[in-house]
Amino acid sequence: MNCTEFLSKLTDYFDGQIDPALLTEVKAHLGTCHHCEVVVDTTRKTIDVYRGAVNYEFPEELSNRLRAAVMERCLASGKLPNIEVKASTKPAGQ
Amino acid sequence: MAVETSSIAGEPHNSFEEVIAADSQPEIHPDLALVERAKAGDTAAFEQLVRQYERQIFRTAQHITQNREDAEDITQDVFFKAFQKLDQFQGNSKFSTWLVRIAVNESLMRLRKRKTSKTVSMDQDVETDEGSIPRDFAEWRPNPEQNYSQAELAEILRKTIAGLPPGFRTVFTLRDIENLSTEETAAALGLSVPAVKSRLLRARLQLRERLSRYFRQNNEASK
Repeated sequence: MNCTEFLSKLTDYFDGQIDPALLTEVKAHLGTCHHCEVVVDTTRKTIDVYRGAVNYEFPEELSNRLRAAVMERCLASGKLPNIEVKASTKPAGQ
Repeated sequence: MAVETSSIAGEPHNSFEEVIAADSQPEIHPDLALVERAKAGDTAAFEQLVRQYERQIFRTAQHITQNREDAEDITQDVFFKAFQKLDQFQGNSKFSTWLVRIAVNESLMRLRKRKTSKTVSMDQDVETDEGSIPRDFAEWRPNPEQNYSQAELAEILRKTIAGLPPGFRTVFTLRDIENLSTEETAAALGLSVPAVKSRLLRARLQLRERLSRYFRQNNEASK
């Protein structure tokens, strides 16, 4: 397996969707190619750092405001008949 | 958690009560019950669905548009459109995947409006080879993110992902940040699984290449 072939399997390798025979080849290549080893390590770190650090704020106030606006628009559309109006602005968890 | 929902679409004559009473179909996703109640006019059921997925939809829209105000507008639009088109949801995919698909379309449409002179689509820049081959083979420092304050790191990550073409950014967002499966990502984007894998690889490699400027050992550019 050369570096180009290794790269083509990288997504499956990360996602654990690689068959055992191919996995053996991938690991063998990684054992001999420092460049690909670095690519694997740093790509994995790239994914981890985004998963760990990207945490957009979604405060309760925003949640309540968005939900109230959505339900107001839905009810105003008059799409559904015989509705028991429960569109509330009640905060989540209360 | 994999949920088999395809059987629902093939049973259009079953009432909701019949469906949930069928012990032989324990795999029915709870969202389907809420959807059926909402279709019947129960707005509390729809509000529950909003409550469950508003955070995910907001984050997805914010990742793609990189704009908080746009994300707020899009979140409203997504749920309103979902409400209007609820009858079209047949349960062939997860309800959340259906919502994400609407969110992606709305977000890309918002980007198009923002950049009126440029096309913004899932296919943008896919034909180029940029970033598909690694060039930077420098090792990174151990725990490189710890060399930055939370605010600095957030800005680095924001700038880095904002530089990706929208199609790549969207695939990375759904697959690696929102943790959708490859199949769910493909369904949400209307792409084939191989297309998702290809774009995901290039998104990951491009982000890696850009982050390496900040995280590599003996880095002189970062601080």
